[in-house]
Amino acid sequence: MTWIFENWERFWEVTAVHLRLSVVPVLIGFVLAIPIGWWASRSQTARAILFPFANVLFTIPSIALIVITPVLIGVKILDEINVIVPLVVYTVALMVRAVADALAAVPGNVVAAANAMGFRPLRRFLTVDFPLALPVTIAGLRVATVSNISMVSVGALVGLGGYGQLFTEGYQTDNTDKVLAGLIGTVVLALLADGLLLLVGRLLTPWARVGR
Amino acid sequence: MGWLFDPAHWSGSSGIPVRLLEHFGYTLLTMVIAALIAIPLGAFVGHTGKGGFVIVGLSNALRALPTTAVLILVVLWAGLGDFPVYVALVLLAIPPIMAGTYAGVRAVDPVTVDAARGVGMRESGVLLQVEIPNALPLIFGGFRGAALQVVATATIAAYTGAGGLGRFVFDGLALQDFGQMLAGAVLVALLAVLVDLGFAGLQRLTVSPGLRPVGTGGNR
Repeated sequence: MTWIFENWERFWEVTAVHLRLSVVPVLIGFVLAIPIGWWASRSQTARAILFPFANVLFTIPSIALIVITPVLIGVKILDEINVIVPLVVYTVALMVRAVADALAAVPGNVVAAANAMGFRPLRRFLTVDFPLALPVTIAGLRVATVSNISMVSVGALVGLGGYGQLFTEGYQTDNTDKVLAGLIGTVVLALLADGLLLLVGRLLTPWARVGR
Repeated sequence: MGWLFDPAHWSGSSGIPVRLLEHFGYTLLTMVIAALIAIPLGAFVGHTGKGGFVIVGLSNALRALPTTAVLILVVLWAGLGDFPVYVALVLLAIPPIMAGTYAGVRAVDPVTVDAARGVGMRESGVLLQVEIPNALPLIFGGFRGAALQVVATATIAAYTGAGGLGRFVFDGLALQDFGQMLAGAVLVALLAVLVDLGFAGLQRLTVSPGLRPVGTGGNR
């Protein structure tokens, strides 16, 4: 633990990079997953194509995706985009299923009532379907965020930033304390992000607690 | 893809078959150890209903644990070899299996459990002959999810000099040999699909036909 206190500035610097590399992909992936998940919730064919494809994407090891990305999109291996793109891919793969399941579980009579009241499709989606799908969607978002925070570290194996740098540097210099500092940082960051999303979810869906 | 199909890479002590077997070996032994720890824990807590929050909290905390760091820490403490690989992978595999078992046992219809007690079964019989067989689909769900993660993550073992398909990824990275890295990645994905198919077959053999979902083509 002493490493953190003796290297406070470096620790915060690494924390900021780690946070950026894990939060940006979650946001991009989440925004991309909403329309795709909506499509999957409406069409049996879309589900039959998207879900197995998402499962296969998960089996690609993150380290492999991180080393292949620069070749595929033509950037240098030390570009942060090489962590962001794979994590966006994992986030979309995970969130499409969560969004599709959540939208499919919206009660039919509620949708019928909204239609009868004259809601147009887009307004109905934004003000009825999507809010009702939020609890399950946010549960998926929590899993995606925690796994992203844990996966950013893998980028350090090819020389990218974040807590993973403390792992590789600690390994090379036989400094257990430094590795532990990165591990503690990762776990605390993941638990904080998880708790924050749980709280946001509760604030956004006050009706979910009524009558309990 | 030339690297993958070069016959020279398919023989010898660091050839593709050997690395594939090493990788499969890591996965199999990890899954056995993790199952021996996680299934009894999840089943016990699911059966008694006590300490559910501990299981959920522990699963979440373990999920956040970066496998790379665990691997490096154990290497620094215990030295190089396969032992650190197993510690890191078992810790990775426990949360999904434990959560699946717990959820599966909890989700068994209380009427069924009550009937089992009604016909005079002991608590151990209720758990082993009624609750666990009924929970098998969810246990397999967690188990297969864990297996996918373990196959993918066993790649990292090569960072500390262990074997497995990760060797191709890290050796390729060191040599700037893109073909070798790609071959490693493709082989890991293939192995993951094969392992999942194997467990799907095992699931079909062991899960009671009465528990198969009705009217859906899926195997989960």
